[in-house]
Amino acid sequence: MGNTIKPNTLAKNPESPKRHDHYSDRTLRSILSSVRSIALVGASTQWRRPSYYAMKYLQRKGYKVYPINPLRAGQEVLGEVIHPRICEVPSSIDMVDIFRNSEAALDISKEVIANKDDKGTQVLWMQLGVRNDTAAKLAEEAGLTVIMNRCPKIEFARLSGELGWYGINSKIITSKRLRGPHHD
Amino acid sequence: MINRPKILNKGIEKHDEHPDESHGIETLSVHAGARVDPATGSRSTPIYQTTSFVFDDSEHAAELFNLQTFGYIYSRISNPTVSVLEERIAALEGGRGAVAAATGHAAQFLTAATLLEQGDAFISSSNLYGGSITQFGTSFPKLGWTCHFVDGTDPHSFEAAMNKNVKFIFCESLANPGSVICDLEPLSDIAHRHGVPLIVDNTLATPYLCRPIDWGADLVIHSATKFIGGHGNTMGGVTVESGRFDWFQNDKFPGLTKPDDAYHGITFAETFGDFGFTMKMRSVALRDFGPTMAATAAWNLLQGVETLPLRMERHCSNALAVAEYLNAHPKIGWVSYAGLRTSPYFELGKKYLRKGAGAVFTFGLTGGYEAGKNLVNSVELFSHLANVGDTRSLIIHPASTTHRQLTEEQKIAAGAGPDVIRVSIGIETLDDIIADLKQALTNT
Repeated sequence: MGNTIKPNTLAKNPESPKRHDHYSDRTLRSILSSVRSIALVGASTQWRRPSYYAMKYLQRKGYKVYPINPLRAGQEVLGEVIHPRICEVPSSIDMVDIFRNSEAALDISKEVIANKDDKGTQVLWMQLGVRNDTAAKLAEEAGLTVIMNRCPKIEFARLSGELGWYGINSKIITSKRLRGPHHD
Repeated sequence: MINRPKILNKGIEKHDEHPDESHGIETLSVHAGARVDPATGSRSTPIYQTTSFVFDDSEHAAELFNLQTFGYIYSRISNPTVSVLEERIAALEGGRGAVAAATGHAAQFLTAATLLEQGDAFISSSNLYGGSITQFGTSFPKLGWTCHFVDGTDPHSFEAAMNKNVKFIFCESLANPGSVICDLEPLSDIAHRHGVPLIVDNTLATPYLCRPIDWGADLVIHSATKFIGGHGNTMGGVTVESGRFDWFQNDKFPGLTKPDDAYHGITFAETFGDFGFTMKMRSVALRDFGPTMAATAAWNLLQGVETLPLRMERHCSNALAVAEYLNAHPKIGWVSYAGLRTSPYFELGKKYLRKGAGAVFTFGLTGGYEAGKNLVNSVELFSHLANVGDTRSLIIHPASTTHRQLTEEQKIAAGAGPDVIRVSIGIETLDDIIADLKQALTNT
């Protein structure tokens, strides 16, 4: 799909509910340590694309990632066959990660909601730079937990201390041994 | 029927509606970035005295070199001791990320190298550390980078110097040597109106007194050699990225917004979002030019920064008392310290430096150049040397030392004219500091 997601350029809607401006570390850690299967909508076969980076990283951390992209359906990326739509993934999907632009996120969210009972989906996650409050409202009404404008790779790396290895401010202060949000 | 295991048995909590309580600056100074050592449980940050780090396998190595996963490769690029310091300074400045370098000058160079192409320009306040004036005015032009120096006390002069080649505005929050305070808010407005970042050297103010990002700065640079380390024993520099600047708003920063040949076609500001600058400065500028901070240096600076708030409190109270003493002394012609009500920067100080006006300032003797020279030679407790931000009280004659390479005009513009004496007031007993100046002035 080759969308360019440009962080910092989110359309600022003054009506946007503030509660999606921030997520606690507890919430993010709870999601990332519970979820095992992720459908990545907007997967790319090009290894320089951010979605490829995120998929590879999440696989390395033990997640089963199902790439979704109607234009690349049937092709392979990182050992997984690309599916055209969420409903065609032949197994459960704990979380859907939307790697498309904010506008496209609405239709994808509706698709996630329509398939949520069949796929057992509990989390709708929109990538860094992607925010659609209408989609979030619909998804929450359908019982999904929604995260917007965050990257699961970056959040995983932040919570496990890896981001600090590159001088990035994790905002984590603790005198306990830091553990990543790995599965139990 | 799809097998659907119950996996979210812990449940997902409701989102917090309010941000986590952030920690105070004293807590951040001690803790930010430091982790209990995962291998040993060591509480103090270990000195990772190693050049290189073992890869799990070839695939892991490739992922690291592709920046697809996080990890250490080679200490020129990153090192676990250095990264604790980087994260700590980023946290203290309220920034998104930071890159350390061997010196403040190196950090400044790497920052410029990350933003500038040949033929680019930037605008800088002329109220700068003399070494920065020389770096910008003499060495940068050899790389095809032009610096337009303007009056740092007049925001209009920055606006007037703006042109299409300008890629950033640069100033010192609290300028060396004469305690000149830059009005950061209007400078940030001008920079942002022209689609370029504001870079602030916050060395003399430190994040304890001023956090430039709170006033609209996009990048903050430190000579960590000064108050951050604070003990006059270690060189270091750091650049902090706010994470707020939108590099995609125009075509001025192709190094961040276009696929980068120096890193197999990564678009840094896209792949790494709000820490794209930090990743680019590290993965390209630091990698290719190589002025890396050593692990032992980072450890020394970490020791120092833990007491930054305590030291700055004492530095500021001692400096104010010394400035008041000198201001009332018959042999002193003038004192330039923003903490004095007589300073033209007193009001700006109340706005930007609420906890004190720092410890570095200048004064002139009524006896001029000769009297100043005699004073420097007569002090006993003060050290005559070319540094600031030490626990010890320091004194120097800038015109003949730190600002020596400048023309007479530049010296005066930078607040380092022939009669100027610069002091950096230490944390010794106040009475002892004043007694030393008193005896030296008696002999002058």
